[in-house]
Amino acid sequence: MSDTISVNGEQHSLPSDPRTSLLDFLRHDLGLTGTKKGCDHGQCGACTVIVNGIRINSCLTLAAMHDGDEITTIEGLGTPENPSALQKAFLEHDGFQCGYCTPGQICSATAMLQEIANNWPSDASESLEGEMAATGEEIRERMSGNLCRCGAYANIVAAISEVAEESA
Amino acid sequence: MRPFSYTRARTLDDAAQLTHDDTALAIAGGTNLLDLMKLQVETPETLADINRIGFGGIEDTDDGGLSIGALASNTETAVHPRVRSDYPVLARAILAGATQQLRNKATTGGNLCQRTRCFYFTNIDQPCNKREPGSGCGAIDGIAKLHAVLGTSDQCIATYPGDMAVALSALDAQVEIAKPGGDTRTVPVRDFHCLPGDTPWRENVLEEGELITAVALPAPVGGTQIYRKVRERSSYAFALVSVAAVVEIEHGKFTRADLAFGGLAHKPWHDPRIGEALIGKVPSEDLFDKAADILLEDARGFGENDFKIPLARRTLHAVLQNATEAAA
Repeated sequence: MSDTISVNGEQHSLPSDPRTSLLDFLRHDLGLTGTKKGCDHGQCGACTVIVNGIRINSCLTLAAMHDGDEITTIEGLGTPENPSALQKAFLEHDGFQCGYCTPGQICSATAMLQEIANNWPSDASESLEGEMAATGEEIRERMSGNLCRCGAYANIVAAISEVAEESA
Repeated sequence: MRPFSYTRARTLDDAAQLTHDDTALAIAGGTNLLDLMKLQVETPETLADINRIGFGGIEDTDDGGLSIGALASNTETAVHPRVRSDYPVLARAILAGATQQLRNKATTGGNLCQRTRCFYFTNIDQPCNKREPGSGCGAIDGIAKLHAVLGTSDQCIATYPGDMAVALSALDAQVEIAKPGGDTRTVPVRDFHCLPGDTPWRENVLEEGELITAVALPAPVGGTQIYRKVRERSSYAFALVSVAAVVEIEHGKFTRADLAFGGLAHKPWHDPRIGEALIGKVPSEDLFDKAADILLEDARGFGENDFKIPLARRTLHAVLQNATEAAA
């Protein structure tokens, strides 16, 4: 049984208590507190991280199930000195108030832009096939797993739209 | 969460052996199971991680259909080129459910086995015959907005909450099941889920130690495919009513009308009499009403969910109208 997990490029041993969620492993065992615990039931998206390029709720998966996987958290996307394009855009567009949902929003949006680049459809897509575009309607649907209790949605969509346009 | 031991199954045999015990459960995506374990609705002593036993592929079948592995994620299924082109009702149903994060983890097999979202089932302080046989049903005289209007019993009025299985029912997909010891059996999706009756804890026909290995879709048919989901908000909400439709109209008459309904019962609802009433007939408001009369003949509301009966009628009308327009 392989017992390591890669987090932001660093190898770590998996926890001994199988009950440890990936979220608790990141926060408590590794001290990566950027990933947030909101509801702990997959409803709010504050715990969103990227596993092997795919975004998931880290609260609804056990760390033990991720042997050999590569995890990227908000800490792995950029630094205060060298933020990612989305991190910069969230600052410029004031895409938050309290900031608690922000790491999840940014991890989610990072993977979402890749999904659009892959031409994966969403419930908002008129056609299931062909090229997908990051319209406001698409962004709102595709980001519906990330709640913002402060209601900064308009600025979150503006921040994501800007980065989507730049990378289009 | 209660303590449990965690084991990784390496093969199907491994998984069958590890789960052949009522204190053990298989875990795949985990999005539903871990949620219920945190709530102590599920308290397994052993979790068998089946993610590495294979059965994740999506492959063409010899008869022109498509086999979707039990461990394919809902996203992998929804974005598969053949699902998008040949089985759009399935792609649409999956995309209408949950969120991208959840669909990325949720699997074909797990989604079929998804538990009800009944508030009394998920709250261990409340009575629930499904969770604790004999404790009563809180929903019958309680909060029942999401609950069933078809096929209920005096034990349970919960709904099956998923979208994917509703589309699979309309498509008449087959569930492939591995039995302990190496035998297999195949069950139509339409017969996979159970009505609550006197055994509301039994939600599907899986026996102990059995595992879903794949879902097989028949060769694609022509016509129009529609998934219409009515919910309280436009994203990330369970269906109040949903309709999956595979409809063909030739020379102005229905030649195929495979319909399945979500949000109405303890299982994706399929009534063959509806298709029979439509086939050979010219689409009209009166005909749609007749179809809705058949669907809702035995419907019974429980106060808060009374609205589902007229809503199901109107949603069915809208879908048949859209299918008629698409064929024109």
